[in-house]
Amino acid sequence: MSKLQNAIVGGVRTAMSYVPSSWLPGGKPDPLIARRVTLGTQQPRVDGPDKVRGAARFAAEVPMEGLLYAACVHSTIARGRIAALDVSVAEAAPGVVLVMTHRNAPKMALPPPIGLTNLKAAGNSILPVMQDPDIRWNGQAIAVVLAETQEQADHAASLVKARYEAVAARTRFETAKADARTPDSLMIEKNQLKKGDVQAAFQAAARRVDAVYRTPWHNHNPIEPNAATIVWSGDRLIVHDATQMLNGTAGSLAKVFGIKESQVHVSSPFVGGGFGGKGLWDHQILGAAAAKLAGRPVRIALSRAGMHRLIGGRSPTEQRVALSAEADGKLTGLIHHGFSVKPQHSVCDEAFTLSGRSLYASDSVDIVQHTLDLDVLANTFMRAPGEAPGTFALECAMDELAHALGMDPIELRRRNVSDGDPITGAPHSQSDMMLAYELGAERFGWHRRVAAPRSLKDGEWRLGMGCATGSFPYARMPGMSARITIDDNGHATVSSAAHEMGMGTTTVQQQHAADRLGLPLDRVTVRIGDTSLPFGSFAGGSSQTASLGAAINAASAKLASQLLRLAGNDTPLAGLKVGDIEFADGGLRKIDDSSRHESFVSILKRAARREVSVTGESGAPLEMLKFSMHSRSAIFCELRVSDVTGEIRIDRLVGCFDCGRILNPRTAASQFRGGMIMGIGMALTEETLFDERTGRVMSASIADYHVPVHLDVPDIDVLWTDIADPRTPMGARGIGEIGITGVAAAIANAAFNATGKRVRDLPLTPDKFLFA
Amino acid sequence: MRSFDYRCAADRTEALSMADTAQARFLGGGTNLVDLMRQNIEAPAALVDVSRLPAAIEETPDGGLIIGAAVRNSAAAAHPAVRTRYPMLSRAILAGASAQIRNMATIAGNILQRTRCPYFYDAAGSRCNKREPGIGCDAIDGFNRYHAIFGGSEHCIATHPSDMCVALAALDATVHLAGPGGERSVPLLDFHRLPGDHPEIETALRPGELITEIELAPSAAAANSTYRKVRDRSSYAFALVSIAAGLQLVAGKIEHVRIAVGGVAAKPWRATRAEQVLLGQAPTRERFLEAADAELAAARTFDGNAFKVELVKRTTAAVLSELAGVDA
Repeated sequence: MSKLQNAIVGGVRTAMSYVPSSWLPGGKPDPLIARRVTLGTQQPRVDGPDKVRGAARFAAEVPMEGLLYAACVHSTIARGRIAALDVSVAEAAPGVVLVMTHRNAPKMALPPPIGLTNLKAAGNSILPVMQDPDIRWNGQAIAVVLAETQEQADHAASLVKARYEAVAARTRFETAKADARTPDSLMIEKNQLKKGDVQAAFQAAARRVDAVYRTPWHNHNPIEPNAATIVWSGDRLIVHDATQMLNGTAGSLAKVFGIKESQVHVSSPFVGGGFGGKGLWDHQILGAAAAKLAGRPVRIALSRAGMHRLIGGRSPTEQRVALSAEADGKLTGLIHHGFSVKPQHSVCDEAFTLSGRSLYASDSVDIVQHTLDLDVLANTFMRAPGEAPGTFALECAMDELAHALGMDPIELRRRNVSDGDPITGAPHSQSDMMLAYELGAERFGWHRRVAAPRSLKDGEWRLGMGCATGSFPYARMPGMSARITIDDNGHATVSSAAHEMGMGTTTVQQQHAADRLGLPLDRVTVRIGDTSLPFGSFAGGSSQTASLGAAINAASAKLASQLLRLAGNDTPLAGLKVGDIEFADGGLRKIDDSSRHESFVSILKRAARREVSVTGESGAPLEMLKFSMHSRSAIFCELRVSDVTGEIRIDRLVGCFDCGRILNPRTAASQFRGGMIMGIGMALTEETLFDERTGRVMSASIADYHVPVHLDVPDIDVLWTDIADPRTPMGARGIGEIGITGVAAAIANAAFNATGKRVRDLPLTPDKFLFA
Repeated sequence: MRSFDYRCAADRTEALSMADTAQARFLGGGTNLVDLMRQNIEAPAALVDVSRLPAAIEETPDGGLIIGAAVRNSAAAAHPAVRTRYPMLSRAILAGASAQIRNMATIAGNILQRTRCPYFYDAAGSRCNKREPGIGCDAIDGFNRYHAIFGGSEHCIATHPSDMCVALAALDATVHLAGPGGERSVPLLDFHRLPGDHPEIETALRPGELITEIELAPSAAAANSTYRKVRDRSSYAFALVSIAAGLQLVAGKIEHVRIAVGGVAAKPWRATRAEQVLLGQAPTRERFLEAADAELAAARTFDGNAFKVELVKRTTAAVLSELAGVDA
């Protein structure tokens, strides 16, 4: 979904290429860019106090009368069919109400896949859910036990006995390459891209590098495991979910159960981290089916192990990047090829080749990626899908090239940074990657770096510095809606089925609405997280702030018009047209003329109205068609590698981000830091142990799946260019995902600088540096 | 987890009488046993809670220490006598788990914790001879990065996960036991068993027997001692390899030396061959490497853990060099 931009752009780019920029939304910069009051200031999270006190209620905490607890039984083979399934002992266990299997599960349609055109679809996998005895991956749910307590359900689940007829499963990455597919498109961006004569460029080049980089499977491990509390009220399905796709989940469940979308109510006011893993998976469907079967409400809260079996992760990648350059560093050839896993039932392309298309200008390019069809749980989106592994390979290769050229890595990027899209020629809406490098390098102290690898030592520790570029595209979703209601106290309420996964959505949109409507912060309330509110697109692709921002903006324009109409003729605003007025001081005024002002309270009172309410929608994101819209970052790392053990300790990270205007430095810094910490995990510790003999995940706990601990996380300094993007709402671009990109490369490059050893396989565990 | 009886013992006699069935287990902090019960790997009919038994750390007349079985890991690590006289033990304990777990975990529970082999933990989907004798071992040809290079068998190559026990092995600790047949003592080095043909039998503990104390004799090598753990992340990860070592030099020669290695065997591995090489020798890095080589001659590695040989060698040499004050 982060590739939404590419998708939408790709669909109509050709037809739209002649459209002059002034026609496009955003052609006239958002006036809030120049007129910020609370935007740009530090504001604490609105949801913070409730979360600290434990008062925020998450999906697995919603109380219900007569609640049953679900536990899943998982398959232990990757492919075949259930030959025998004995649930009798489980059914007789204490507290058990029922055991659901493919034999008694309700008939359910296939979940509609997350798509680019259907915002009401949220399926990560398009396989049937418990409709037949077929096994399609190791860990698939083969039974759901409902019991009066979670402990009883868990125990009974262990009593279900299955016998399988296994058939040979495709579980090996290397073997599957023989049958690799080459999709025409990644989403709908063209997959294969050739420009110029790469072979000739490499033959003629002064310097070239050519290497293979590997990234492993990763699994989602947010602080809140996936969970749902579900009840049927007559023919209405009510789901308290942990989701970043409220309306998509509602629409999908409606299709699965053959009911109207209006019969499904999904609520998710707080989500304990999404990162791409909180879409629709089998557990919500199974929970709803079991609740239907039992006629009672059901809570299905996945264990960590359950998450590793039922919630997809990031595909492994194997990427070849080859670069050729003139002696002055100018790129003449860029090859980016590789493989990732995408089973036929998955919806997610791990599009690792996309960042290489937009970052650097090269005379010739040859880019294509291939997908492997394995018998595994559907892979899915994980923070900066595509860009996270893609920037690892590309930015390590750039570092290798700089080393081969004897050139400073930042200088190499300066000589190749693209002015506009290097393939299509589309201009940047705003981009200043080199400013990010300059500011970041100064803050970091890059001038202290010793270019020759293996130069510095402190006791047993070899010291090094490295840098890399991070990148993530801008996206704004169409269809996102927001309602603004002004009451007769002059208080505004903004409502939308948007998502708060901890990013600060509520806080930042409160700031936005306050500035947009000329109100102080304490007179604006933001309500999100429920499908009873106006339609929301999913929180993905770092798009929500821009999408909701555009919707609020559109609603505010309607509000101005409606208020002007309500104001009538007996008002200081009499005779003015919508184009003449602006929001200010809790009301409307003639632009730049505070003598002609009337407050919301006064307008509503005269009109004898308790409130006025309007809904606006984020229109088609046409700006994405005309402009190359990307955020960039410059990541710097200083670290040490033990000459004894090969262990890496990161001393410092600096990230400088070029992401348009920053709306709330406090929440933004937290997003950037969080992304960079996830990048540390990607670089040093995270790896799903996928046993290729059986297709089984052997690291199904957070003791075995290593996310970074506090001690792995050093001082992280973040800063930003804060240059407004004139083509976006509020001048801002999304910041949720870019933080992770470039980090693994910066760390690997610093480790090379420290040791002289180039490790191209993540994670960078001690054994890989032992012989450095 | 299946239902079980819970009994809380006030003293040792009561604890032993409460553990009246073969399916009863003693419960310390529960940081491992309860996990294993949740995973359906352990299914005791009864838990006898011994975490409230008297838990003291006392000095012995000869200058050693007796540490009660129910002493919490955090308390042992923080005890002044442990910190000053047996620094390797304090450091080993602090290298393990997390602060929260150490606050709960008891000394006896730490000794009795079971392997973290992922195939052992995957009761539903993997083969493990510890869980089900004779069924096979999925680790030998699977993920064995954390597995044994010493003392494995064709049936099992799991490692013992404790950090504390590595220090106890280096210190020649004694495990005091009480059981239906009376009291006895077992050297810690004999307490854990290598897998052989019976990987399911992990310790010398007899049915119904309770660990009551750990005794540390005075040791000339203990005061100048330390513990170093190498792992995949900085905290809350099991050892790839760890070294507990102590050294006493007299007139420039190694008079006393103790070395134990963690993360390499089903028991904390006392490096007696390495110690033999070093006794009476001048401390040099070359000599330390030679000593490590002598120990590692018996190593047998697998696809995932071959790096451990070099890692043990280098870490041993680095730790001993630091203790001897010579250049690493």
